[in-house]
Amino acid sequence: MQQRIYEVMFIVRPDMVDEDMDKLVSSIETQVTTAGGTVKSLEKMGKRRLAYWVGGFQDGFYMLLTVEGGGALVHEIERRLRVTEPVLKFITVRMDEEIKRMEKMKKLRDAKKRAVPVQAVVVPAAAATEAAAVEPVPAAPATA
Amino acid sequence: MAEPSAHRSSGGSGDGGSRPPRQGGPGGGSGGPGGRKFFRRKKVCKFCVEKIDGVNYKDVRLLQQFVAESGKITPRRLTGVCTRHQRRVSAAIKQARNIALLPFSNR
Repeated sequence: MQQRIYEVMFIVRPDMVDEDMDKLVSSIETQVTTAGGTVKSLEKMGKRRLAYWVGGFQDGFYMLLTVEGGGALVHEIERRLRVTEPVLKFITVRMDEEIKRMEKMKKLRDAKKRAVPVQAVVVPAAAATEAAAVEPVPAAPATA
Repeated sequence: MAEPSAHRSSGGSGDGGSRPPRQGGPGGGSGGPGGRKFFRRKKVCKFCVEKIDGVNYKDVRLLQQFVAESGKITPRRLTGVCTRHQRRVSAAIKQARNIALLPFSNR
């Protein structure tokens, strides 16, 4: 089965006790693993003012769950969250393609960055003649 | 008077793209006899300039810059964001609205 990375952000009601919260977190983690996925991270983003009223609340406790698995896993997590009463809202976003794209961009930028300092270093090192001998093409515009 | 007519036509077609009058120069042309020439700065895409490649729905601070006070997504012609990034920004704003990070509307 195809393994994908998903981010599930959900809002828990703000008047929840810490112990209940911990219980909820651990139960979600076990549910993910039993459904055949792996929890990459579960981050508490803290209490935040909601942009609009949700279920009679103006604040909410935001949580961010990153999981790896297939579509069936997402289906199961969403079903569980819908059943879990203290969860006000959730959203699932597929991240693997975004991550791949970001890495690609980063690699491209790094390659570009690396290409520039090489020229910059060679010229002030007073080894212009050597550089010209080794790399005649890139050294020529730098000296000119 | 080529300038005003060109301006009106560009305002009518709201689909964006590089329009000749805007591309031509920053000046808005003469506003009339003795009228002040208003200067329009060339807009640039924030994402291209600052090299922000990922637009994420969690980044509320960033997205808020592209949302009007009413909660509407600001059009490209006002912010200067390029087509590619505008599409990503608007998608991210819609995701953020769904998880109550941004409002759908502010009255």
